[in-house]
Amino acid sequence: MTNDLTRLSASDLASALAAKEVSSVEATQAHLDRITAVDGDVHAFLHVASEEALETAAQVDARRAAGEEVHPLAGVPIAVKDVVVTKGLPTTAGSKILEGWVPPYDATLVERIKAAGLPILGKTNMDEFAMGSSTEHSAFGNTKNPWDLERIPGGSGGGSAAAVAAFEAPLAIGTDTGGSIRQPGAVTGTVGVKPTYGGVSRYGLIAMASSLDQAGPVTRTVLDAALLHELIGGHDPHDSTSIDEPVPGVVEAARQGASGDLAGLRVGVVRELSGEGYQAGVSARFEESLEQLRALGAEVVEVSCPSFGYALDAYYLIMPAEASSNLAKFDGMRFGLRVEPAEGPVTAERVMGATRGAGFGDEVKRRIILGTYALSAGYYDAYYGSAQKVRTLIQRDFAAAFEKADVLVSPTAPTTAFKFGEKLDDPLAMYLNDIATIPANLAGVPGMSVPNGLSDDGLPVGFQILAPAKADDRMYRVGAALEAALQSRWGGPLLSQAPDLKTTELAR
Amino acid sequence: MTAATTTGLVSYEDAVRRYDPVLGIEVHVELGTRTKMFCAAEVEFGGEPNTQVTPVSLGLPGALPVVNGKAVEYAIRIGLALNCTIAESCRFARKNYFYPDVPKNFQTSQYDEPIAYDGWIDVELEDGAVFRVEIERAHMEEDAGKNTHVGGATGRIHGAEYSLVDYNRAGIPLVEIVTRPIEGAGERAPEVARAYVQTLRDIFRTLGVSEARMERGNVRADVNLSLRTSPDAPLGTRTETKNVNSFRSIERAVRYEVSRQAGVLDAGLPVIQETRHFHEDDGSTSSGRVKSDAEDYRYFPEPDLVPVAPSREWVEEIRASLPELPVARRRRLQAEWGYADAEMRDVVNAGAVDLIEATIAAGTSAAGARKWWMGELARRAKQDEVALEDLSVTPAQIAQLQSLVESGRINDKIARQVLDGVLAGEGDPEAVVVARGLEVVSDDGALLAAIDDALAAQPDIVEKVRGGNQGPVGAIIGAVMKATKGQADAKRVRELVLDRIGR
Repeated sequence: MTNDLTRLSASDLASALAAKEVSSVEATQAHLDRITAVDGDVHAFLHVASEEALETAAQVDARRAAGEEVHPLAGVPIAVKDVVVTKGLPTTAGSKILEGWVPPYDATLVERIKAAGLPILGKTNMDEFAMGSSTEHSAFGNTKNPWDLERIPGGSGGGSAAAVAAFEAPLAIGTDTGGSIRQPGAVTGTVGVKPTYGGVSRYGLIAMASSLDQAGPVTRTVLDAALLHELIGGHDPHDSTSIDEPVPGVVEAARQGASGDLAGLRVGVVRELSGEGYQAGVSARFEESLEQLRALGAEVVEVSCPSFGYALDAYYLIMPAEASSNLAKFDGMRFGLRVEPAEGPVTAERVMGATRGAGFGDEVKRRIILGTYALSAGYYDAYYGSAQKVRTLIQRDFAAAFEKADVLVSPTAPTTAFKFGEKLDDPLAMYLNDIATIPANLAGVPGMSVPNGLSDDGLPVGFQILAPAKADDRMYRVGAALEAALQSRWGGPLLSQAPDLKTTELAR
Repeated sequence: MTAATTTGLVSYEDAVRRYDPVLGIEVHVELGTRTKMFCAAEVEFGGEPNTQVTPVSLGLPGALPVVNGKAVEYAIRIGLALNCTIAESCRFARKNYFYPDVPKNFQTSQYDEPIAYDGWIDVELEDGAVFRVEIERAHMEEDAGKNTHVGGATGRIHGAEYSLVDYNRAGIPLVEIVTRPIEGAGERAPEVARAYVQTLRDIFRTLGVSEARMERGNVRADVNLSLRTSPDAPLGTRTETKNVNSFRSIERAVRYEVSRQAGVLDAGLPVIQETRHFHEDDGSTSSGRVKSDAEDYRYFPEPDLVPVAPSREWVEEIRASLPELPVARRRRLQAEWGYADAEMRDVVNAGAVDLIEATIAAGTSAAGARKWWMGELARRAKQDEVALEDLSVTPAQIAQLQSLVESGRINDKIARQVLDGVLAGEGDPEAVVVARGLEVVSDDGALLAAIDDALAAQPDIVEKVRGGNQGPVGAIIGAVMKATKGQADAKRVRELVLDRIGR
């Protein structure tokens, strides 16, 4: 048992809690201390809920002491991306327009987390309204990559990934509209899972693009992701698009996969998601991982998904179109920021204009304008309509590919973490970060990113595993097998190779 | 300035002689579900502002809609009653526009996939003529909140100091029913418009899908009207008069627009396609906003909802459970009761159908029930300026009253006194008869005594009758009736008098 509780995986911490070797208050305090020590530099959190977290921890400890049956993850602290509404805790979605807003209700997944007794450490930083791949679009400052504080932690969920990578939390919640869980996972050396669309309730997620958004786990191990997935997944009557079926057996699949036997499994390499545009080190690690899977008994085949070449284009029409409508409610009339026009009459329309002008950042405005245009009369068919057709073609490509392979694989992101500012003025270059992750969102299939080594620049690389809709368990099996094999080669988790962060002395 | 202010009104009669009006009516009905269209907020009239809300109906970040199954059922009921086809699958769409009473700044509605389409309904006019109105579609949507503009003289937004929004109404389920162009109504267009909305109101109530109270805004009508020079000419440019919310106003609004548009056309000017406001005080309409192509709602399928796909079994189940509709019921009852067309029309117009049906059910003949409700009771309702159904007498009491008359225990004249007692709250007719001692004197002995007194008092009349002139016998009968305080059976008195005189 290590003395540092923050270094434990969630499942190990859960075991220690169940065995009453540690208390939840101790574990929660250890993570709060770590946040105090390193978050001045990392800035993964927008809000730390120390009191509430410790209170939950104390309640769980009391229930355990009283011999009550509690959830296996009870007492394990968790961080929640700030796009998820939390009753009584400020929720900004990384935007000035929601600064100071305290939601009067909990997202369904937060209700489940609270019911299971996981202390919520706080809310994590993100690109404004989850629009971005670097967290540089947050209205509240950059989150730094714990591997190199000069570099981006990915986005939009850079806060959640960095918090987990910096041992500030063993578990975190992310959301993934085009890769916002998986790409930060890849560049921070953590595990990120986007479940099947409808697998986790969207009720209480501040929507960017309703038909693409999906919440999922951000963790350091595949098993931890499965445990969290099982907790937050499942049908919710408050979300019409949630799947009314039991959650696939992801925990079981993760445990089984860790045994390392992939005999009979067909792994499809998507031809269109490799080669040109992928950093050499990223490609090299990808090839090595394929070798590793073969060694575990898997059959590696190549599949082609020709429509993936249009995925980014379709995505940048559908996502902004839905976002332009979803973000219309931020108008200064009922909640959040309200700005009156500097001069002239104070009419509702002018207050809405002034509020949105002052409250939204450039990337958000860019997408609202793009989406408004795409939905306009006379352009709808050419843009939104065509994009929906591409979406159908991509779904067909997936269906055909899954005939030939049980899972599909690719590098998660084309490059390792880049430096701050490098792509900030070039939106198209920024958008290309999500080239490999977007197809899964357009088709609604699940995807996972597992750390598979360091590139030549010494920065982490991610391996993406995609499975058919509602077969999330498959990627947990493959992910756990790969993770186990790689860790035995490395002699421990990838994150143990990360440089130590400078810590601030505790004032306690 | 618009053309309307610079051209005069043409008299209605003149206008419809020279122009052919074409109507199009959009009716919104608030469904009487327990909860809102997309969330569990309670729907109840008159609650404190912003108390019947949830994160969904307030449009809070993160909230998601869920379709109210009861509202779908009600929409299907309406669709079936209007002889529509029910879609096998249909989607909701977002209608995007910024306005503070729309909490999400888009209204969740249906656009190109309505739940019901291609129907018709027969509308009966007051003279019994039947006019068929074709229904283009009936779709589901949510209501907006209610704005109150404070300060300023008019209650309108212009000149107001500030505005308040009550979101209790936001999200209440609505069904919007859109007609095809209603052609061929001619000079009766105002009447057809009114009768159509009235027919819908009756249907909503019969179906139990809405209280359909016009004064509460449960039913709201937008009336489109255009003129053309002849029924063969292409449709003219239409105006849409919004939120005309009483039957009388619908009729007036149509009349006014016919007169106004005729004036515009007579002046050689084009009718401007626009929405117009109706003014209750003088029955006029005035220009609202110009409807142009610039108004772009950027409709797209609502991604937060899955399609509504009512199973055919469910639709048939609903069809089988539909109650008899008002027109069909009236036709059936008329046949059962044997009323002439004119009689039935009067009964319908007097709002006496239910009352007569209940009176007949309580044992009265169809003729007897009609005699009471359309005669004495109608007279009293008119005198007291109340609706028939608001008189404090029940159909069962009327049935009892009529049975007292038919059994000869009271006569018609006494029956009116008994009715006085019932209306005064003295109880059922039986009780009133007993309490007031109004029973007919049918004891011949008692009558004979009174007759003998009367004969003795008027010997001259007795002589005349004996002489063969029966005319003056009425004077004797009158005296007897007076002596018995009207409680004698006049027919029996006459028999006894004649018998006594020896004729």
